This record gives sequence, structure tokens and C-alpha cells, in this order.
Amino acid sequence: MKLITAIIKPFKLDEVREALSEMGVQGITVTEVKGFGRQKGHTELYRGAEYVVDFLPKTKIEAAVDDAIVDRAIEAIESAARTGKIGDGKIFVYDLQQVVRIRTGETGNDAL
Amino acid sequence: MKNVFKQMLVAGALLASVGMTSFAFADDAPAKPEAAAASVATAASATATAAVVTPIPAPDVAVASLPAATADAAAASAPAVVANKGDTAWMLVSTLLVILMTIPGLALFYGGLVRSKNMLSILMQVFMIFAVIIVLWCIYGYSLAFTEGNSVIGGFDRVFLKGIWDPVKGSFATAATFSKGVVIPEFVYVAFQATFAAITCGLIIGAFAERAKFSAVLAFVVLWFTFSYLPIAHMVWFWTGPDGIKDAASAAAELVKGGFLQQKGALDFAGGTVVHINAAVAGLVGAIMIGKRVGYGRESMAPHSLTMTMIGASLLWVGWFGFNAGSALEAGDIAALAFVNTLLATAAAAVSWVFGEWMSKGKPSMLGGASGAVAGLVAITPACGFVGPMGALVIGLLVGVICLWGVNGLKRMIGADDSLDVFGVHGVGGIFGALATGVFAAPALGGQGIMDYVANKMSADPYVIFDQVKVQAIAVGTTIIWSAVVSVIAYKLVDLVIGLRVPEDEEREGLDITSHGESAYHS
Repeated sequence: MKLITAIIKPFKLDEVREALSEMGVQGITVTEVKGFGRQKGHTELYRGAEYVVDFLPKTKIEAAVDDAIVDRAIEAIESAARTGKIGDGKIFVYDLQQVVRIRTGETGNDAL
Repeated sequence: MKNVFKQMLVAGALLASVGMTSFAFADDAPAKPEAAAASVATAASATATAAVVTPIPAPDVAVASLPAATADAAAASAPAVVANKGDTAWMLVSTLLVILMTIPGLALFYGGLVRSKNMLSILMQVFMIFAVIIVLWCIYGYSLAFTEGNSVIGGFDRVFLKGIWDPVKGSFATAATFSKGVVIPEFVYVAFQATFAAITCGLIIGAFAERAKFSAVLAFVVLWFTFSYLPIAHMVWFWTGPDGIKDAASAAAELVKGGFLQQKGALDFAGGTVVHINAAVAGLVGAIMIGKRVGYGRESMAPHSLTMTMIGASLLWVGWFGFNAGSALEAGDIAALAFVNTLLATAAAAVSWVFGEWMSKGKPSMLGGASGAVAGLVAITPACGFVGPMGALVIGLLVGVICLWGVNGLKRMIGADDSLDVFGVHGVGGIFGALATGVFAAPALGGQGIMDYVANKMSADPYVIFDQVKVQAIAVGTTIIWSAVVSVIAYKLVDLVIGLRVPEDEEREGLDITSHGESAYHS
């Protein structure tokens, strides 16, 4: 089992969710986050005051998937979240040791 | 801290009981007009004692100068002027509109501009200042501003609003307007002017937002209201009304009873000097004396909700029709003129600010639109009943770019942390508006000119723009100096007794939690 964490542009969330649903991912967790990468920030101007905003709003998606579909899931996120412009985000993949569905007590692949 | 409040409560109770005593004495005590002519310095400090030693009777406004016996005879022969119901209704609505400007208008406009951790402190300061000033206004403010005294401050005739309802005659007093034979109920005038005092004091807090101690803000505002707002309002606006003016002699006699700047002929229709310059100077002095916010210039202090600011600015715009058109004091031609001017100048200023910003900074911003509108409202305030619509248009177009400079170039030049640009918008816009009133009130430029109450029509004398601008400049200068001096002393006093700003760790955590124990937003 793998845990996929993807940082994407917020407006790409719906496309990514649809792509993951279509290829069989049962659930994802979404968090609004801030951060910076090569895209850097931008400046905001309020009357006379100029502020450099370093941290841009991004969306973090977490999905636990079976080893069998992890590559297709990564591909789905990649193609759905890509705009080709700087700031499209990153995908991180971790080994996942255990999953438990709290309601039933199922574990491992059954809990995914 | 507890002791301070205890002392304030005791003092308040004392003042209240003294007032009641003087009210009881009022009927049988002889008139002592010279008592009211006490010098400014002693007038306020003598509030408590003067009322006991020389109780001042409460004359009916309409018959103020007549002895009691002839007053009755006059009342019997000539029916008293009755307020028109349409005028009364319009003035009640105008009063509500000015309340709408303050709470929630000004509170939201300011609130949106601070960081989310200080949102409630702004709402709270504006809300409570409104409440405190309304109370003080009815206790002594109205009397000191709008009754006859000397040329700087009024008297105590209307302390505790006594004498407006006359239980013996069973009648209510009326207040004069700008037209002969037209009056409104005095209670409406009291309420209308109360809202002006309240919003003026509320305006100040934007300059030292996000760092001032709540108790210090309230204490300062009480002092400043008493020693700056009331005298300036009296100096600029108090006169005995047009009804006593019959000929050149009576015109001269009535004139000297008015406020100092009223006598000079300063034009301030709805409060360019009294409200905006007065408050802006107090704000700027406060920003300098309280000092900059922690992290100013290094950390982001971006507005937390320009949505709130837009709502606030829009409520200000709507409410301002009560402020400006209501200042005509009746529902007629001049109210309509002031209404159109307020509509047009504000729109013009929003356009010129946004386009100026678009050209100089690259992007047109919502905050620019809202700020431009407020700048336009400020500038047209003193002019709205005197200038023509095209004068208003020019004033609006100019003030938009002038105030854009006020919050950029001028702000950097002054170097103070005027958090919400109270001086840049209200000060600069107010000064420009006051001077421009002198220019565009000229009949040659489509203005109304000066009213000649002896002939009861517009003055036949040629209107000299330069002379009027000079008078306007005197009014502006007087207001700036007066407000600055009072502010410096008041801030110093409050600093010694209470301390002006919160400790640094409280400022970092935010005033909502540390001063008020609550949060504006829960996520």
C-alpha cells in the first residue's frame, strides 16, 4: 500500500478528484495549504503599502492506494493537475504500513 | 485600573446630581447671561460649580430675548411657528442615515482594513465611542456646542437637554433652520447633531488602529470631544438663526452672538472642518504619539477583508446623503442640491482615484475604488449645499488623485504609521474640500454665493473668490491648530494616567483576544 500526497493548484482540485474516482480510488483527504516553490510569490498593493506574498495558496490531496494501482493513480493526478505553467505542484509517494477502517475494524487492503 | 473607573463613576454621578439641582432651580432663578460668557479655559472645568452657583434659566428658543411677561403676550398675538411634518420626517430619516454611516458603515470600512486578529477591536471601538458620545452629547455636549455663549463655546442652557420640553406651556422648543419661518423640532436637531459628534470621534481611531489600549481610546475621546469637537462645532456652526435678522442693525447684532468662524463667514455646509479635518488631525497626532505598530514596514499588514471594507464604504456613501443633504435642515431645494452633489462628487472621486492608481501602479483595485469614494464624500461635505453640480464634479475628480497622493507620497513624507490613512483621506480631502468650497461657491462658477438674510435672497455683492478662500483657510488653520493642541495634551494626560498602547506581546497576539476576550472568526 502506498500513500500519495499531491500538492496542486487549488482550481485543479475537481479535475484531479474526478480522475482519481474514475480509476477506482475510493477516497481522498483534501487540505488547503500554503507554500512556495519555484513559482515564488507575488506582490499585493494596498493604497501606499506594498506586501510581498511569499506563500501561495495550494491544495494538498492525500490518497491511500493499493500497490497495484499506484502508478495509474500518479499518472491520473499528473495529467489532471498539469497546466504546463510554473507552480503546478508535486506528488510525493510513501510506503504505507497499515490502514484500519474504524467502523468495521477491517485492516490492510480491505480497508482501502 | 479599577480605581480609575470607580472615580469616573463617582464623578459622573456627581455631575448628574448637580445637573438635576440646577434644573430644579431653573424656573425661579434670575438670568445671568454673563455667566455663560465664561472664558473657554474655565468653561468646561467650571461645569459642575457654575451650574450650582449661578443657575441659568432655560429660555424657549423662540422667545429667548424677550422678558417673560412680553413673551406670553407675543405668543398670544402671533401664533408660534410650527415645524413642517415633511421637514421633520426628512430630518429623522437623515439622522438614521448618519447612524448607519457610523455603525455599521465606518466600523466595517475600518474593520476590513485591519488584520483579522484586530477586527473586533475596531468594531468595538467605533461602537462604544458612538454610545459614549451620544450619552455625553445629551448631558452637556449639545448645550456647549449649540447654545449661545461666547464666540468659542456655548453655554449651559441645554445641559441635560433641559428646557426643550416646557411642562408649563406644554410645548416643545423648535430649532431654527437656514430659512426664515422654517423650524424643526429641537429634539430632532439634538439627535441629528449627536450623530455628527459620534462619527467624528469614531473616525479618529483608524489612525492608531491595532495597537491602542481600549480604555485609553475611550478616555482620549471623552477629552477630545469636550475640548476640541464642541468648541470647533460651536465656532463654525453656531448662530442664532435667520429669524431675528430684520435689517442691517439686527443682522450685525445677531452675527456677534454666533461662533468665531461663523462670524468670519466661513462656509462649512456639513462638516469639512468640524468633522473631517478636526478628526484627522487628532488621528495623526495619535499615530505619532502612540508610535508605529510592531513590525510596521517589515511584516505584512494587509487588510483582512476588503469585502467588509467595500460594504462599509457603500454604507458610508448611502448614509452620507443624510449627513450632507440632511444638513440643509429641511426637505427643499438645498437638500436636493446637496444630494446631487454628494452623488456626483463621490462617483467622480472613485473614478479618478481608480484611474490614477491604474495608471501609476498598474492595477485598478477595489480598495482604491472604496477609498476614492470616501475621499469624494469628505471633500464634498463642506461644499455640498453651496456649489453647483459641475463644481462638485471638479472637486470630486481632483480630490481622488490628491488623496491618492495623500496615502502615498505624503504618507511617506510624514513617516507616521497612520494605520488606516485617516489623515491621508479625511485630513487631505477635508482641507482640499474646505478650500475648494470657497472657490466653487462663487456664482460665476455655478455656486450659490452667500445668502443675504436682510434682503432674504442671495447677496447682491460680488463674490470675491480670493477673499472667501482666505476665510476658508482661516477656518482650516484654526481647526488644525486647535485640534492638534488639544490632542497633544489629551494624549499626554491619558498616557500618564492609563498608558496609550497595549504591551508588545498583546499587540502580537491581537487585540480581539487580549483586550476583549473574543475572536471575530472561528475556522
